[in-house]
Amino acid sequence: MGLTAVNRKARLPDLSRVPAVDEVGVNERVARFQSRSIKKAAKVDALKLILSMIDLTTLEGQDTPGKVQQLCQKAIHLHDAMPGLPHVAAVCVYPTMVATAKEALSGHDINIASVATAFPSGMSTLSVKLDDTRMAVKAGATEIDMVISRGAFLSGDYRFVFDEIVAVKEACGDAHLKVILETGELGTLDRVRKASMLAMYAGADFIKTSTGKIQPAATMQVTLVMLQAIRDYYYETGRMVGMKPAGGISTSKLAIHYLVMLHETLGNAWMTPEWFRFGASSLANDVLMQLMKQSTGVYQSPDYFSKD
Amino acid sequence: MATPENKLAFDGGWGYAPAPESTDHIQVKKRYGLFINGEFVAPEKGSYFDTVNPATEEKLSRIADAGDADVDKAVAAAREAYRTTWGRMKPAERGKYIYRIARIIQERAREFSVIESLDGGKPIRESRDVDVPLAAAHFFYYAGWADKLQFAFPGRTAKPLGVAGQVIPWNFPLLMAAWKIAPALACGNTVVLKPAETTPLTALKLAEVCRDAGLPPGVVNIVTGAGATGAAIINHPGVDKVAFTGSTNVGRIIQKALAGTNKKYTLELGGKAANIVFADAAIDQAVEGIVNGIFFNQGHVCCAGSRLFVQESVADEVVSKLKDRMETLIVGDPLDKNTDIGAINSRMQLEKIESYLKIGKSEGGEMHQSACRVPKKGYWCRPTIFTGVSQSNRVVQEEIFGPVLAIQTFRRFDEAITKANNTPYGLSGGIWTDKGSKIFKMTQSVRAGVIWANTFNKFDPTSPFGGYKESGVGREGGLHGLDAYVKLGV
Amino acid sequence: MAAKRIAVAKTYKIYIGGKFPRTESGRYFPLEDKDGKVIANMCRGSRKDFRNAVVAARKAQSGWAKASAYLRGQILYRIAEMLEGRREQFIAELQQQGSSKRAAEKEVDTSIDRLIYFAGWADKFQQVFSSVNPVSSSHFNFSVFEPTGVVAMLAPDDSSLLGLVSNIAPAIVGGNSCVILGSERKPLCAVSFAEVLHASDVPGGVVNVLTGFRSELTEYFASHMDVNAIVYCDGGKAVARTVQELAADNIKRVIERTRVDWTGTEAENPYLIRDTQEVKTTWHPIGT
Repeated sequence: MGLTAVNRKARLPDLSRVPAVDEVGVNERVARFQSRSIKKAAKVDALKLILSMIDLTTLEGQDTPGKVQQLCQKAIHLHDAMPGLPHVAAVCVYPTMVATAKEALSGHDINIASVATAFPSGMSTLSVKLDDTRMAVKAGATEIDMVISRGAFLSGDYRFVFDEIVAVKEACGDAHLKVILETGELGTLDRVRKASMLAMYAGADFIKTSTGKIQPAATMQVTLVMLQAIRDYYYETGRMVGMKPAGGISTSKLAIHYLVMLHETLGNAWMTPEWFRFGASSLANDVLMQLMKQSTGVYQSPDYFSKD
Repeated sequence: MATPENKLAFDGGWGYAPAPESTDHIQVKKRYGLFINGEFVAPEKGSYFDTVNPATEEKLSRIADAGDADVDKAVAAAREAYRTTWGRMKPAERGKYIYRIARIIQERAREFSVIESLDGGKPIRESRDVDVPLAAAHFFYYAGWADKLQFAFPGRTAKPLGVAGQVIPWNFPLLMAAWKIAPALACGNTVVLKPAETTPLTALKLAEVCRDAGLPPGVVNIVTGAGATGAAIINHPGVDKVAFTGSTNVGRIIQKALAGTNKKYTLELGGKAANIVFADAAIDQAVEGIVNGIFFNQGHVCCAGSRLFVQESVADEVVSKLKDRMETLIVGDPLDKNTDIGAINSRMQLEKIESYLKIGKSEGGEMHQSACRVPKKGYWCRPTIFTGVSQSNRVVQEEIFGPVLAIQTFRRFDEAITKANNTPYGLSGGIWTDKGSKIFKMTQSVRAGVIWANTFNKFDPTSPFGGYKESGVGREGGLHGLDAYVKLGV
Repeated sequence: MAAKRIAVAKTYKIYIGGKFPRTESGRYFPLEDKDGKVIANMCRGSRKDFRNAVVAARKAQSGWAKASAYLRGQILYRIAEMLEGRREQFIAELQQQGSSKRAAEKEVDTSIDRLIYFAGWADKFQQVFSSVNPVSSSHFNFSVFEPTGVVAMLAPDDSSLLGLVSNIAPAIVGGNSCVILGSERKPLCAVSFAEVLHASDVPGGVVNVLTGFRSELTEYFASHMDVNAIVYCDGGKAVARTVQELAADNIKRVIERTRVDWTGTEAENPYLIRDTQEVKTTWHPIGT
């Protein structure tokens, strides 16, 4: 399996050295981001950047090729009535839908992200998870969103979680690996911080908050803690790791708060789709409405923006 | 963690567009008289001084300079009101007036915030989110005490003192007025208050509020002026109680001036608080606490965490994170909603801070300032830290009252405590550790009136505030803040 | 008939840091009874004695403050026990200095009871006066009382035992240490009370007792920079002014207890403890 070779390279970090996190302090910092006032040109820039960072997502049991094709159309044609818009960063689908997405997006510079590893629970064997991953990559996924084994993590078996990530990373080949911590199940910000460090040391290209199937999904609090972990990891290793909050970010205002947080925590280098994504399905239309409002000065109706 | 060599970049890139708070709803008169006996009157000698916007150096208004005769009038009005109305009023009714003041401040909150920032230079985010709401909350809190004083002093009856002479500083103009006036009124005293000469406007606006609340004339009198006016109030024989917030030097002069009189007094004076970060702290929140501790209100805070002690094993990490964080602080227009650090309150204060920067460097300290741009006009100081300094340096010993932090390291717990207490001040202290028992040990060991454990610069009307040693006498806020305004009988 | 036994007279010394030295100044003042007979040569304490006493008080203070409230209460109770045991001696001393027998008895008995009274407050005044403050943010916030530190005291001249005890007890029950100047006119009980303290498990330095001239020592008591509070019990405006002016040099807490009826509730209430206490407020976040 090649696992041992990889294991020698990746070393489980000493998680006892990961700094503690104080929840109230995090809340206060988040409140400061939320009190930033983003207006005019800064707002337009932010909205466009947000669009370009979206992983347009459909992850439902009822997904069909038809649904995925429509989603891909939206990814390509966000709102053609408005010239000069960026396209989204990726579409995010189940492994069985990757081929459909690939075909629908052919000729466009839009990534195909696939959840894998027995998403969303991750309750399966490593071999099933690796097969899941390889299948998605083979079908054309350029990004893999895996879930960690939360049960193992909560029971303290960090080695197990770490090894799984290392193995999946290897199975990804050239595809980027996003590691979903499912922060809503980790319970405390201390664990979020530890899991973030563990995932990055195991080889994650991105760390991601949530599957979207568990409440709470992404919050600014957990995202801040993960961004700070990314910063610490960067300080230590010099390697940049991306961040993807997913689930629950459906308004422009909230997305702008996230951007402010990113901007003031990791700085300019991370302010691109290469290093930051929003996992969202309905955010794009709200951003489009806001952009239209900025250019026309008139408040918009959702009826004028396509829902796919 | 090793010293980070991989730098984050915060300059350039996406910048926030200016987001100025609107001033078109603000009414500042060209000239303000003295608020005596329920109305604005011209000063006897007819002299006025300018109050200036420290961010633009533009004149905002002309302010009456009260002389002895004016202070006499104000004290007489306060005495008369104490004798005839306020001192005799049913406590519950007194409380209702104070509630009204709280409500009117809430209604006019935005106006107060904008004027506070215009006159004093503090960022609108702070005047809007901290100063003004807290001022209203103070009135609200103490209003409720008016008819419950017997429960505050078990076994005793609390009687008012009479006329309170109050002199407040320029760092939290409205909030300090609230800290002074609210408990005084609740306990049945009347008030002659002097705001600082650089920041008189919100106190004068508060006078309008008192008038609009229907407060009987003379219960609250606001007289403006500089040091001489303050001295006239404090030394006035008709004043029964003195409350002062300001520097330890002036506090000392006041305490001496009051010697041999029977005036009761409270003094809220200077500080040089230690903010102590242990290796096991929540480091990122500690860094926030350091920033909040020293850069809040441009460091014009008597309880500012101006001495940072970091345990050696995390010192590099903390200082490096602090430097990164400093790069994200926005210095500039106080009225911009995104401004983190506003204008230094006055030219004089700026000169004082700058002299300390020179002193710090000449003492061998390594100075680091954030790279932010500051406006050409106005009084500004970039957030500044000194490393490589020690207890024997003046920037470590003396209160600078600006955004200047002196950083030292320590190895052991008792070393941190010894250094923290190695100061004539004792107003506040900060402790950052994830270990509960250590927090309690620390809070017991630091000789200071307010201890922030895993937080800093928090204020609340219910929470007593005040210092040990040369940081002052007495407490303001909370149940214990009532003491200063009552005489206890059996 | 056997020859009349020669009584052994006591040498009255001062009490500093748990020891009974003579004044470093080598000076004395004679204490005479109403017939002009010298009862004792009292130490005329000097500013250096005071300085030494403050050093001792400072050294002892933090340890005393850390002693449990229960222990401090027990020690105050122990002082009362020891005083009770030497009741006759104190009555005799008071009589020697001009009190009637009845007055002397009353003063000693009240002093013993007063110690018991304050002993009982040791573990209660904190509960009565401290508070948990319901702040609006997500913080647990509480205010407790801590001793001010080293308290310098000028004991009342007229009530030489009861006045002395009524000042010492509330200060030390709250964890302060003190340096007290005994009555100038009737100094015997101050020294004898120091002997009682010495026999009562009060750690050395917690209470330091000087005798001497008020006019000579007041300014040093008020101006010493390592004293946190000063209590004065006599004197008119001039004394008050001197004390308060000098106290301002390091912002001492100044506690005036002039014209106090030491036999009444004015001298027996927990607010006297609070006079030499500081309020410390602690904030801590409530979170996970």
